[in-house]
Amino acid sequence: MAHVLMPEPDKRIIARRVEIISALEDAAGEGNVIHDPAETIAYECDALAAYHCPPLAVVLPRSTQEVAAVLKTCLRLGVPVVPRGSGTSLAGGALPTADSVVIGVSRLNQVLETDFPNRFIRVQSGMTNLSVSQSVEAEGFFYAPDPSSQLACAIAGNIAMNSGGAHCLKYGVTTNNLMGVTLVTMDGEIIEIGGPHCDPAGYDLLGVICGSEGQFGIVTEAVLRILRKPEGARPILMGFDSNEVAGACVADIIKAGVLPVAMEFMDKPAIIACENFAHAGYPTDVEALLIVEVEGSQEEIAEQLAHIRKVAERHAPKVMRESESAMQSDLIWKGRKAAFGAMGQMADYMCMDGTIPTSQLPFVLKRMQEMSKEYGLGVANVFHAGDGNLHPLILYNANKPGDQEKCEAFGSDILKLCVEVGGCLTGEHGVGIEKRDLMTVQYNEEDLEAQMRVKDVFDPHWLLNPAKVFPMAVSHSRRLRNQQGEAA
Amino acid sequence: MAKSSKILAPRNEEELAGIVAKAMRERTPLEISGAGSRRGYGNPVQSVLGVSTSAMTGITLYEPAALTIVARAGTPLDAIRDALAAEGQHLPFEPADLSALLGNKSRPTIGGTVATGISGPRRIQAGAVRDSLIGVRFVDGTGAVIKNGGRVMKNVTGYDLVKMMCGSNGTLGVLTELSFKVLPRPRMTATLSLDGLDDDKAIAALAAALGSPFDITGAAHVSGTASTFVRIEGFGESVAYRAGQLSQLLAPFGKCRINDDGKANTLLWQDIRDCTAFADKPGAVWRLSVKPSDAPRIVAGLRTGPAMDAVYDWGGGLVWLLVPEEGDCAAAMIRKAVAASGGHATLVRAGDANRASTGVFQPEPAPVAAISAALRAKYDPAGILNPGRMGFEAPAIRKAG
Repeated sequence: MAHVLMPEPDKRIIARRVEIISALEDAAGEGNVIHDPAETIAYECDALAAYHCPPLAVVLPRSTQEVAAVLKTCLRLGVPVVPRGSGTSLAGGALPTADSVVIGVSRLNQVLETDFPNRFIRVQSGMTNLSVSQSVEAEGFFYAPDPSSQLACAIAGNIAMNSGGAHCLKYGVTTNNLMGVTLVTMDGEIIEIGGPHCDPAGYDLLGVICGSEGQFGIVTEAVLRILRKPEGARPILMGFDSNEVAGACVADIIKAGVLPVAMEFMDKPAIIACENFAHAGYPTDVEALLIVEVEGSQEEIAEQLAHIRKVAERHAPKVMRESESAMQSDLIWKGRKAAFGAMGQMADYMCMDGTIPTSQLPFVLKRMQEMSKEYGLGVANVFHAGDGNLHPLILYNANKPGDQEKCEAFGSDILKLCVEVGGCLTGEHGVGIEKRDLMTVQYNEEDLEAQMRVKDVFDPHWLLNPAKVFPMAVSHSRRLRNQQGEAA
Repeated sequence: MAKSSKILAPRNEEELAGIVAKAMRERTPLEISGAGSRRGYGNPVQSVLGVSTSAMTGITLYEPAALTIVARAGTPLDAIRDALAAEGQHLPFEPADLSALLGNKSRPTIGGTVATGISGPRRIQAGAVRDSLIGVRFVDGTGAVIKNGGRVMKNVTGYDLVKMMCGSNGTLGVLTELSFKVLPRPRMTATLSLDGLDDDKAIAALAAALGSPFDITGAAHVSGTASTFVRIEGFGESVAYRAGQLSQLLAPFGKCRINDDGKANTLLWQDIRDCTAFADKPGAVWRLSVKPSDAPRIVAGLRTGPAMDAVYDWGGGLVWLLVPEEGDCAAAMIRKAVAASGGHATLVRAGDANRASTGVFQPEPAPVAAISAALRAKYDPAGILNPGRMGFEAPAIRKAG
């Protein structure tokens, strides 16, 4: 019933199933290959669960060399490969096809080197985002990118999607904290790019690998920048009468020269849902809520909050409340982080991820409410206001015929609006299959051609995650090459 | 083939695209430049025609509240600095001005800044040029106009060609317009300095500072004068607090002097940023990118031979090295020492003949070099854009000759 289409699986590949599985077992060892349909079903989808399809087989290698052997085998047999981290993609980045082999990095989960004087950590890419921070926590360090799924999501997936998080305004996203990778390309070549030094000698390949959605190769190791934790952090809550005023307040805080570590925005439907769910102490009689967090020593926090208060007072907030204890801070964040869970209790929802210039915030929120009425579907907004990355949650009923299609159409309209006002389709979740067919809204034919030329270099046969990122018609002739057994 | 004497300066993207498309059809190698302040950076280009973006100027969008600025490639860097300063903002990566070091008086453009991808001292805290760059427009080697990224700071829509274009020295396309994430300019700056430390101790002191929670935005050591500098920036009380804390932390390395004079700080960090220490000294200048703690050992090894002077930035991660301009400018020794650490060395300043024979950029391992060459072939199939600049062969010339 879902409307995003995947290519018809290649029957010739499926017909060779037994031969392929046996070749994979030769390459990776029998214990690392899963092919029983009762087990491969666990890999049929990621967090975009409306779309699912069990793969032909799943391989969980235990070393970079095994990844290389498996990829080489898949190339020889002409089998498409779907790389997988922890399967938390909200964009369908790890969605298999029936003729594909999933290569998961979950067994590559070791810290390889920790270097505090040089402030980096080298890890295998199957480690979860949070476990990287945890492994350096005792020495007072952390890894900055913090996607909401950080408990589960793997570094490999973070690199593939260039994941963000709530603290990007100050610390940047994955690409700004990634120093090097070990990449295995489709032909089984193991390539080291970057490392504990800064900047490349030649082209910035690391920069284009990060965010390539598993279409260039499989990252098995990564060198990540680690940072010393600030001495402390404190959020302040501010409630306003309208989205416009809250948006203007965000702009003025930035103009005043303060750079908070996070600035989260919630609109009324989100405030109410989160408060009912988490009892975070949010005011429910305001139209918009800002959570602004600053970092430093007690004195520094006080100084920054004084600047922020001064700016905010010009916008006559209905509520302005600094956290007075670690417990209160936790509660404030608990409410925000519960947003998705709270929504999930009320209805099915789809989480969008467009970015807009922050100056367009009031207009976009107003348009979204109008569209919500037109579609007859509720929408709640929780988002990173400082960087304009919106996460509209569209509420629908999965059991009501036609509702999901309506929801997806509403979502598309929101993303088109983001592009129209000067923003983009996806701020941190990636294109995957979800936004694949909208790419032509943001990019013209030549822009997309330029991007696909890079994939031609890394994966000339278009075997890695082939039906993602680019609209099917746009990538058609390239994907056909594999079936015809020729490369560019 | 001689260096191009004729330089075209198209007024807009369409004109530029026309010039490149024609050059591709006629296999005419082009030397791409902005104001020309870094024409001496990279391998000398063998071209018959120059193309400059210097007539494509102007800030096309600046939204201080969105921390975003967009400008045409030929816009002078100082025009962008001034516009941002008027709103209390700046380019976070602290763009260098290498004019003095390279012996010219040209005003660098924003396009040249991105094409060469050289970041200043704040790179350790705020990231490199590529980390601030959020959107590009460029003309590829076929004359096609391509855009990537945009004007918002969080954007993962499709591949990140923005990063790939940054530092590609005009060999993948001619940049026409650039978008940046900008940041508030710090209200206050203070520098802590330590005297008399040898390189080893200085880099250890910088590592201690960088490993502290006090948000260091500059960490340099000038070997010749044995002066070590740590910079902190922000609001007044915060700077004072952190200066105090850092003095205590660095006490084992000596007594810190604290200077919070605005002008003095600006000049000091400009000198480090542009490596002005070597501007008036004869010799070849190298820029080494290494694991910070390896830096003193690498420099010590070279001191027994060619190294005359060293300036460390980025806590040791960047070393500016002055060597006699003789033979291969010590390339073999330097590249071997640096490669053992996993880093790379760039010959920033030397005569044309020496840069051509030595090669400015560190050769990449074979599989990486193969990818780079293939990308170049995809974006500039005729090899007409800055042929030879980054060390790739120039098929256009080879065919012609």
